[in-house]
Amino acid sequence: MRLQLSPEMEAFRDEMRTFFTTQVPQEIRDTIAAHRHLTRDQYVEAQQVLNAAGLAVPHWPVEWGGRDWTPLQRHIWREEMQLASVPEPLAFNTSMIGPVVATFGNQEQKERFLPATANLDIWWCQGFSEPDAGSDLASLRTTAVRDGDDWVVNGQKTWTTLGQYADWIFCLVRTDPTAEKKQRGISMLVFPMDSPGVTLRPIQLIDGGHEVNEVFFEDVRVPAENLIGEENRGWDYAKFLLGNERVGIARVGATKKLIAQAKQHAREVTSGGRPLSEDPRTAARIAELENELLALELTALRVVANSADGKPHPASSVLKLRGSELQQAATELIVDIAGPLSLASFADGGSQVPDWARVATPEYLNYRKVSIYGGSNEVQRTIIAGTILGL
Amino acid sequence: MDFTYDSEQNDLREAVRGLLQRAYGDSERRRQVVATDPGFDEKTWAQLAEMGVLGLPFAEADGGMGAGPVEVGIVAEEMGRVLAPEPFVESVVLAGGLVAAVGTAAQRSAVLGPLSEGSSVLAFAHAEPAARWSPSASAVTATPDGEGWRLTGVKEPVPGGARADVLVVSAVVDGGTALFLVRGDAAGLTRTGYRTHDGGRAANLTLDGTPAELLGEGTADRSADVERAQALARIAYANEAVGAMDTALRTTAEYLKTRKQFGVTLNRFQALTFRAADMYVSLELARSTALWASMVADAGGDVVAAGNRARLQTSRAGRHVGKEAIQLHGGIGVTAEYSVGHYTSRLTAIDHLLGDGDWAADRLAESVDSYPTVDPLGAPYTA
Repeated sequence: MRLQLSPEMEAFRDEMRTFFTTQVPQEIRDTIAAHRHLTRDQYVEAQQVLNAAGLAVPHWPVEWGGRDWTPLQRHIWREEMQLASVPEPLAFNTSMIGPVVATFGNQEQKERFLPATANLDIWWCQGFSEPDAGSDLASLRTTAVRDGDDWVVNGQKTWTTLGQYADWIFCLVRTDPTAEKKQRGISMLVFPMDSPGVTLRPIQLIDGGHEVNEVFFEDVRVPAENLIGEENRGWDYAKFLLGNERVGIARVGATKKLIAQAKQHAREVTSGGRPLSEDPRTAARIAELENELLALELTALRVVANSADGKPHPASSVLKLRGSELQQAATELIVDIAGPLSLASFADGGSQVPDWARVATPEYLNYRKVSIYGGSNEVQRTIIAGTILGL
Repeated sequence: MDFTYDSEQNDLREAVRGLLQRAYGDSERRRQVVATDPGFDEKTWAQLAEMGVLGLPFAEADGGMGAGPVEVGIVAEEMGRVLAPEPFVESVVLAGGLVAAVGTAAQRSAVLGPLSEGSSVLAFAHAEPAARWSPSASAVTATPDGEGWRLTGVKEPVPGGARADVLVVSAVVDGGTALFLVRGDAAGLTRTGYRTHDGGRAANLTLDGTPAELLGEGTADRSADVERAQALARIAYANEAVGAMDTALRTTAEYLKTRKQFGVTLNRFQALTFRAADMYVSLELARSTALWASMVADAGGDVVAAGNRARLQTSRAGRHVGKEAIQLHGGIGVTAEYSVGHYTSRLTAIDHLLGDGDWAADRLAESVDSYPTVDPLGAPYTA
């Protein structure tokens, strides 16, 4: 048992902190810190800065840009990135399709996709969920039928995050409708979003933003070489990918940043003639949330330390479940600190409401998603009850 | 940061677990032991002494083992796992810890030697009916009497106060708090013991000109020493609570797998399994905090803040896990014959010794605006 980081890890943390706070353009970090949306170009610029320094895909195989770091190093890398308000490398690229191609793709696919994926020269989006296949993903109905050297894809995907920026999509499709188990008839195809027959339709969200989309496929022809791995093994790849999705999903650094901002805002808001930060009830609420977050961070450190053999620690479901709840609690706290100011969500020039209070409620509403995506919290409870408690 | 135990620590855990399993693996045996005074098993106490457990945190020069808060946490967790009623935290960590921190070399060796050997049980007489989780004394006063002192006033509730051979008693001197050693058979000391709801024992101590020996040198205010010893005890209790919660959850999960209603076992009902999953989340978060707080104490970090953090987390978790363990069992959970309700009772008692969750949250709130973020990797941890 040792509390402190080793001198090597201390130095590593300093190195990360210095890089993130000095090498990533300030304007991009300010935008993230202000909870405003980045442009597509800003996402690409930030990831290319990271990639040039070998900090975009440290968890990939070394020959494709990985760093062979320990789980603790990866944890520190991610936390420092979040604390510095650096946009994380695009998850669809670096946590999802990249590792799948690196693990299950053929050599040609690796060479074709991995360098461009790490550098965000290709922007990927995820074609998994469908209107009737959410948590029950294996019920998906989009089909791919073999026709000569092509697959012909028909169907619909939804919740396609940032699909409006995407160059390519990785897609789960049903290739064997007769398979005895529905999981057995699914394959993974990749294809350009500008392929003939692909239509994208934005979904407006309650925060006023455009983040997710519906994607329709009508006789989209996909060359056979764009099948990843083996035919009808797509479910295995999806499970592998979703396992990666849960890594780092606790987002402790990001929530820490939110709480630090909440403290700052509480000093700026006056209630009953004194700063809200001096209200014992508000202070106790912040203290309680901060302590919950500490417990989560410590649990994340326990989990990373014990997953060195590559298998996720069973408690990793706790990270997703509690991590999402605490992100939501932090955004809720900021809305409550803003109080009546939180109504000015879409104010512009003529308003005196500070920017943080304007974005507070849209962010809070947007963050309802975090307990839904990445395996909803009910799915996490099912995993904990089943695989950990044996129920 | 490293959360793994070394081989010596694992050996300690195995040895303590083995001993306590033999003593209390059968919960009926614990019921028998706590039914009669002193509320614990003197033989088990002697075995813990033989194993070196009762001298664990004390310097070898004082008759102890020279181990630290991590080892104390290991023992406390194992005690919690079977609800061992021996007063390890009360006698060794808290009362013994104060003697180790404040006592002169002669006092340390005179008191901690016999404590470590199991021949003398200690208790810390500090709580007063009108004070609430304060590190200072207010209702018991001390007056000089020749070479010694005399104490007058009431201490209650004093955990283990009726059985203790030696009492560490806090009292007001010159407006500050001083600590004293009082023999259990001292003149002018009336001890009225009673059972607590968790099977433990507490007492009313009425002191009436009771002769006492000043602990340590000088009468400067010892509130900070008390606060620090209490913080170390809070950390030990956090580990004890983790052990108790672990068993409460395990017992509950086992019950859900075997108890049948509507023709199926209860684990077929998602309304129940989801609640068990939430208990697991509370337990693991509390476990992380308890382990971390033990490491902070070990590394010489801010023990008081770490103790408050551990207390807050285990208080919330203990209430959640304790209440749900009973609810998921149904009626049998509130029977004295079945084990799980006793776990809830013990968790409730721990929660009200040395400050509950709201109390800890208020302490943390006092300084929450003075730093931007908590950094457990910063070294050593300071609030």
